[in-house]
Amino acid sequence: MPTINIIQAVNDALRAEMKRDDRVVIMGEDVGKFGGVFRATQGLFQEFGSDRVFDTPLAEAGIIGCAIGMALYGLRPVPEIQFVDFIYPAFDQIVNEAAKMRYRSGGQFTCPMVIRAPSGGGIKGGLYHSQSPETYFIHTAGLKVVMPSNPYDAKGLLIASIRDDNPVIFLEPKSLYRAARGEVPEEVYVIELGKAKVVREGEDITVVTYGAMVRVALEAAETAAEEDQFSVEVIDMRTLLPYDIDTVIASVKKTSRVVIVHEAPRTCGFGAELSATISEKALLHLQAPIFRVTGFDIPFPYTFEHHYLPNETRILKALRDGMDF
Amino acid sequence: MSEGLVGFLDPEGKVLKGQKVPSLNRKDLLRLYRVMLLNRRVDERMITLQRQGRIGFYVGSMGEEAAIIGSAFALKPKDWIIPCYRELGAALLRGFPLFDLCCQLFGNEQDAIKGRQMPNHYASRKLRFGSISSPVGNQIPHATGIGLAARLTGSKDVALVYFGDGATSEGDFHVALNFAGVYKTSTIFLCRNNQWAISVPRQFQTASRTLAEKATAYNIEGVEVDGNDILAVYSVTREAVDRARRGEGATLIEAVTYRQGGHSTSDDPRVYRDEKEVQEWLKKDPISRFKSYLINDGAWSETKDASLEEQIKDEIEVALKKAEKIGPPCIDTMFEDVLDTVPWNLEEQREELRASQEYESVQQDR
Ligand SMILES: Cc1ncc(C[n+]2csc(CCOP(=O)(O)OP(=O)(O)O)c2C)c(N)n1
Repeated sequence: MPTINIIQAVNDALRAEMKRDDRVVIMGEDVGKFGGVFRATQGLFQEFGSDRVFDTPLAEAGIIGCAIGMALYGLRPVPEIQFVDFIYPAFDQIVNEAAKMRYRSGGQFTCPMVIRAPSGGGIKGGLYHSQSPETYFIHTAGLKVVMPSNPYDAKGLLIASIRDDNPVIFLEPKSLYRAARGEVPEEVYVIELGKAKVVREGEDITVVTYGAMVRVALEAAETAAEEDQFSVEVIDMRTLLPYDIDTVIASVKKTSRVVIVHEAPRTCGFGAELSATISEKALLHLQAPIFRVTGFDIPFPYTFEHHYLPNETRILKALRDGMDF
Repeated sequence: MSEGLVGFLDPEGKVLKGQKVPSLNRKDLLRLYRVMLLNRRVDERMITLQRQGRIGFYVGSMGEEAAIIGSAFALKPKDWIIPCYRELGAALLRGFPLFDLCCQLFGNEQDAIKGRQMPNHYASRKLRFGSISSPVGNQIPHATGIGLAARLTGSKDVALVYFGDGATSEGDFHVALNFAGVYKTSTIFLCRNNQWAISVPRQFQTASRTLAEKATAYNIEGVEVDGNDILAVYSVTREAVDRARRGEGATLIEAVTYRQGGHSTSDDPRVYRDEKEVQEWLKKDPISRFKSYLINDGAWSETKDASLEEQIKDEIEVALKKAEKIGPPCIDTMFEDVLDTVPWNLEEQREELRASQEYESVQQDR
């Protein structure tokens, strides 16, 4: 099995789906000849031509609005937003149009499309190349929201997203684009949306996380195991909407302690939703408050990005606080 | 909409037949030249610095100096500049100290914006040089608003906003021009048509023949100017500024120019554009053209040029050395300026960060 990174896995998935289904069309800024600023669409323009892979004018509202029309007509657009920080001009089209199309037309019209966007910090991108705005979309009925943490999942989840009949926001943790490498089968496979994965089994405390924070959480879990002999379970949510509450609750019932980790700001972040739902469904199983380790409630800073991002120390501290409670 | 490209100088710096250059005194001409050259040398130096890993990122403006500096020169100090990320030259012309600019690039303790933004995102309220936002086009309506506010309050101030050809595709551009037309705002929209938006060529942005002609639909003035001819850029901007001050409304200026380098330090333009095209445009370089003009005019010489180069080099090294030595801002500043006061959640989070840092040092000692 070849060892590849997330960019290559995304590229693989796109190529495979374009071969399988000629309704799949890629559009966005710099995705054509150049192959995208992160090179996720590299080679696809050359392989499939300018009717299937094309550069758009620099207008996110245009990209998504147009993709909606194409989806209504029967194509399967996979628009790229160059950085998720630049998705907001398209926010109206996503929230008021793509997300509500099926509902408001009584199921007559649908918008099957995958909006791919690099997300998150860690590349010295400052305020506008680092944001983690998943909450805006998780808060929007009618969307699916997906975020892989490794190349294997990236490929399987992206293929599943392209085949899905709903609009999917596919957030790619850009700090891992080249950093996360792993074995990925050459053949096509899907990873069902809406299913979390227990990436480390444990008995004492559960970490619920996703995206770039999965690795950091796993490192903290290793350290806690070595230094404190804690047995830490780590769950990678993978799909944030609709999310896999069963896997989370099963783990909480086993460990009775929870730490939630994400790099997005804390207030009303996905952790708030998870925390509320866990307390509704499993309060009497809990031995400690649910702790959150998150980005701070500030715009994403430049110089202090590594103080902003949750790190192993902060997670470790939360694990110990949870265990000591 | 005035027809055709306005230009005074040919690529060799000779005045074109039948054209009359604006009458600027020698001091002003040499000041313009100095700022252009400084802009170029700062860009080159910073790109090297980025390659050496000493700063994180850099956006240069090589080739676009005339468009940027010539237009800014048409303003009075009280007028507003709303920049995009390539307007270093406008900042330098306004008197933005090189040391302050270097501090921003390092995001250090002396950086006026406290290390919060990527390099090139300078801001100075004192100089009426707006805070730079990375999202393309977002700043354009702000200049409409400033121009409107000036009109509503009876002031003669104008706002000059910069953006690229790619930005004309964003909704914000169209909204801004429409409002400017409706309210006759004192706004100058300066589009640096440098032919590229990262890897996307100008003809993929719009089917319009020119970008300037987009003004027609909004019933504001539209002008197309040779963006590599600093005297022409100055002259058309000056006319636009005068019109605005007379209450005659806004102007869209398309400065036709070329991005000689990559989009930023993050891309290699050879992957997506023809080297021949670059070579053609290098022949029309705005700085060598203006230099030739000045020499032809008797205002400048190669000897003077060599000593100016030396001066600029030293100036850059001094600012750089001083700025590079300065450490990061105090970490607490990370939680400031979110709102006018720090709310409870940020107080808590600031404490949390402190505690985790202490925790970390205890762990390390363990
Ligand atoms: C809203 C938005 N979309 C995408 C980007 C990514 N991006 C940064 S610069 C750029 C191209 C801008 O081209 P242009 O407006 O022509 O200005 P230039 O860089 O050529 O000066 C793009 C696509 C962004 N910063 N903001």
